[in-house]
Amino acid sequence: MAEVEPVQETHAEHGTHAHGEVHRHPAPTGFIRKYIFSVDHKVIGIQYLLLAMFSVFVGLILSILMRVRLTWPTTGLPGLEWFFGPEAAPGGVMNPEVYLALVTMHGTMMVFFVLTTAPQGGFGNYFLPIQIGADDMAFPVLNMLSFWVTFVGLVVLCAAFFVTGGAPTGGWTGYPTLSAVGELLNVPGMGRGTDLWIISIAIFCVASLLGALNFLTTMLNMRARGLSLMRLPLTCWGWFTTAVLALLAFPVLLGGGILLLLDRMAGTSFFVPGGLSNGETLLPHSGGSPILWQHLFWFFGHPEVYIAILPGMGATSHILSTFARKPVFGYRAMVFAMFGIGLLGFFVWGHHMFISGMNPYTAMTFSILTLSIGVPSAVKTFNWLGTLWGGKIRFTTPMLFAIGFVSLFVAGGITGIVLGQTSLDLPMHDTYFVLGHFHLVMGVAAIFGMFAGVYFWFPKMFGRMMSERLGRFHFWITFAGVYAIFIPMHIMGIVGMPRRYAQFTEYKFLETLHPLVVFVTIAVFVTATVQLVFLFNFIWSLFKGEKAGDNPWEATTLEWATTSPPPHDNFAGIPQTVYRGPYEFSVPGAPRDYIMQTEPDPAAQAAPGAINEVQGGNGDGHHNGHDH
Amino acid sequence: MGRVLAALIWLVTLLTVILFVSKRWWFPENIAAHGFSIDSQFTITMLVVAFAFVAAQIGLGYTIWKYRATPEDKKSRATYSHGNNRLEVLWTGITALIFIGLAIMGQRVWASLHFQDAPNRSDNQPAYEIRVVSQQFQWNFHYPGKDKTFGHTDPKLINDGSQNFIGLDDADPNSKDDIIAPTLVIPLNEPVRLVLRSRDVTHSLWIPNMRFKQDTVPGLEIPVHFMATKDGCYEIACAELCGQLHYKMGAKMLVLPDAEHQALVSLSQPEFQKKRDEYLAKYNCK
Repeated sequence: MAEVEPVQETHAEHGTHAHGEVHRHPAPTGFIRKYIFSVDHKVIGIQYLLLAMFSVFVGLILSILMRVRLTWPTTGLPGLEWFFGPEAAPGGVMNPEVYLALVTMHGTMMVFFVLTTAPQGGFGNYFLPIQIGADDMAFPVLNMLSFWVTFVGLVVLCAAFFVTGGAPTGGWTGYPTLSAVGELLNVPGMGRGTDLWIISIAIFCVASLLGALNFLTTMLNMRARGLSLMRLPLTCWGWFTTAVLALLAFPVLLGGGILLLLDRMAGTSFFVPGGLSNGETLLPHSGGSPILWQHLFWFFGHPEVYIAILPGMGATSHILSTFARKPVFGYRAMVFAMFGIGLLGFFVWGHHMFISGMNPYTAMTFSILTLSIGVPSAVKTFNWLGTLWGGKIRFTTPMLFAIGFVSLFVAGGITGIVLGQTSLDLPMHDTYFVLGHFHLVMGVAAIFGMFAGVYFWFPKMFGRMMSERLGRFHFWITFAGVYAIFIPMHIMGIVGMPRRYAQFTEYKFLETLHPLVVFVTIAVFVTATVQLVFLFNFIWSLFKGEKAGDNPWEATTLEWATTSPPPHDNFAGIPQTVYRGPYEFSVPGAPRDYIMQTEPDPAAQAAPGAINEVQGGNGDGHHNGHDH
Repeated sequence: MGRVLAALIWLVTLLTVILFVSKRWWFPENIAAHGFSIDSQFTITMLVVAFAFVAAQIGLGYTIWKYRATPEDKKSRATYSHGNNRLEVLWTGITALIFIGLAIMGQRVWASLHFQDAPNRSDNQPAYEIRVVSQQFQWNFHYPGKDKTFGHTDPKLINDGSQNFIGLDDADPNSKDDIIAPTLVIPLNEPVRLVLRSRDVTHSLWIPNMRFKQDTVPGLEIPVHFMATKDGCYEIACAELCGQLHYKMGAKMLVLPDAEHQALVSLSQPEFQKKRDEYLAKYNCK
């Protein structure tokens, strides 16, 4: 396997060292090996985070443009004519197909390149190996590949903005037959733009598979001595469960995407039935079913929701415990609730399809399974409250965002018991009620998990603190702002406002909602602007932030046992040994209010043989045995 | 800071509750026989939602208020506890009971709409049938006409140029009196059966006042049924993304007393259109 030169030298020397000599990989020295095609999981983690940060700002700009179109559908803004060109926005008014392109690209960008990428590829990559005491991922080269494949996917998606025929307009769910034969029906954006959209997603699927394999192998095989499974931080369980979901869900989407591409390019008819007409002639397809796509898509799509939120749940548990100075309430229940969510997540996809024409008895089954998934979600919420109860809460910025996560997760998740009922789906399906629901829970709550993660781990990643003052300001406005945006959307949905409408001028029953539409748009402008404060804080703190020590938050897990930022191989070649569970805060009788996982018991220190009693892990602590 | 955050969480909760309870914006009037059950199921569910939402937010705010670290108190520590299994079992059990109970309750309306075919009319005749063919970007409603028999249709015959949107076969004698219109006309207080088809992409028939939504799927014929309980003119929208003009793929639904309905759908196509326009004007529906 191709490795950088210095590593091979070390490897060659390895055999000549005395027994017990630490096996180390020196850091690469060339710029390209160090920062671009790096195999260091920390560099790759930051690359993923930067990719997600780029995508999230693009997605945010798209959503602002969507609000402009929805709020002032007939008012020309000269800047828009310049931005989109005179054909797409004549007189500064965006065409309806431009709106649909914004919808599609916003959704795809956010779901794949932000919600799937940052929590798992970003934080997971950076902190999973450190939290388990490993020096890297199990397959570093595979890790590098998974990032660069993701990058190619993003480039292909961005290219879809610029192709002739315009960006894709089929929504992020890309339902056939529209997405399959839209070009034959002369729907704008259904040509090359949609091809690139499908190809981008297919590439993303491959990248996610590579990443998932790496996560699973790393967590199961490379834990430090003494780090048994039930001593893992809950973040690790979040990333692990997410990786299992990704491993099982993405191949199905990949298969579906390939079939859709074949329907478009090779004249097959997996998703297109016969007898369709463009108004003059029959379309040259027969024998397929549009509902088949929906099954394949949502078999992936529903687990995807949990792929987005589970790492956030892990980070929230981790951060709540740290700043409440209290062990996580019901650690085992938290782990099993994640498994429960992960498992049930594969049996509920049909709730997206109650009115799709699917058999109504099937719908009933999916409905009951869907409401069952509320149970482990509620267990998590109860345990978060239990963790805070009796704590000594320190309100740092990461803590504010973690508490915000809990609030938003409840607010967004609880309306799932409306949408999960077949009969209530009749009025609610594809309305703004759905938009409010999933944006709060999978969009904003997940983003709050990421913000909490950034503020919490920034000192470890870059050796400097972020500004608390700016961080708090960012939190207050964002927290109030997202409620102001998404709660009114539920009301719009109750009135019956359908999603994916370029404007609401055609129906009397929607006219009364105009004040709410304006209100939401203003809230979007304010909330979006405040994100620039975050961006400024991030960049400013990189250079000017207060220097962080190794453990600025007085936390317990392994990432705080090394320097900030950690050295190339995380622990400078010193094998870590874990003596206790991850959240030992406020232990009675202990000298400080936290005991790190790596701190031996006073008794164990006294008796040299006691180390043998350390349980779990892979026994062989320092030798991670990863493949060269 | 803990107190500020608690206050903000409570404020957001209060404003949310006011927004919902005031019903300044709410469902459009229900005119469906099945709609009353949907609305009451919605109310019950929303009460559970509201209780869970308010209880969780108040509890969260209270906890962070009460257990905030204060600068004066540097000595005392948090409670050292890893949880309580009895509590876990209790709240898991209670939520499971409530959530799954709701799911089962919610099936009743669904079953009455989708597990059975349309019930017979009050005169014991089968429910009046209308065939719906959706296309980009309009709704076509196909009425059998005076002979109460649908003419044969074939997608090969579809020709927008000659206004044959659904491929009606003129050679079939049953076609002669068929009416095809962009308006749905149904009888009051009598069940009606719709057979939904689509000729190009997936659309969704969305009638807010009827609390009714169903995708029209290419390649499928989907029979549905419902009954309106108030005459008038109501809006129909498309609820499944179908292309650039999705936002204006609307239609009107007229609910007429049964006798007037029967008279209207027995007219010839041009007379039907004239009479329908009179009804639209009468119900103040452009």
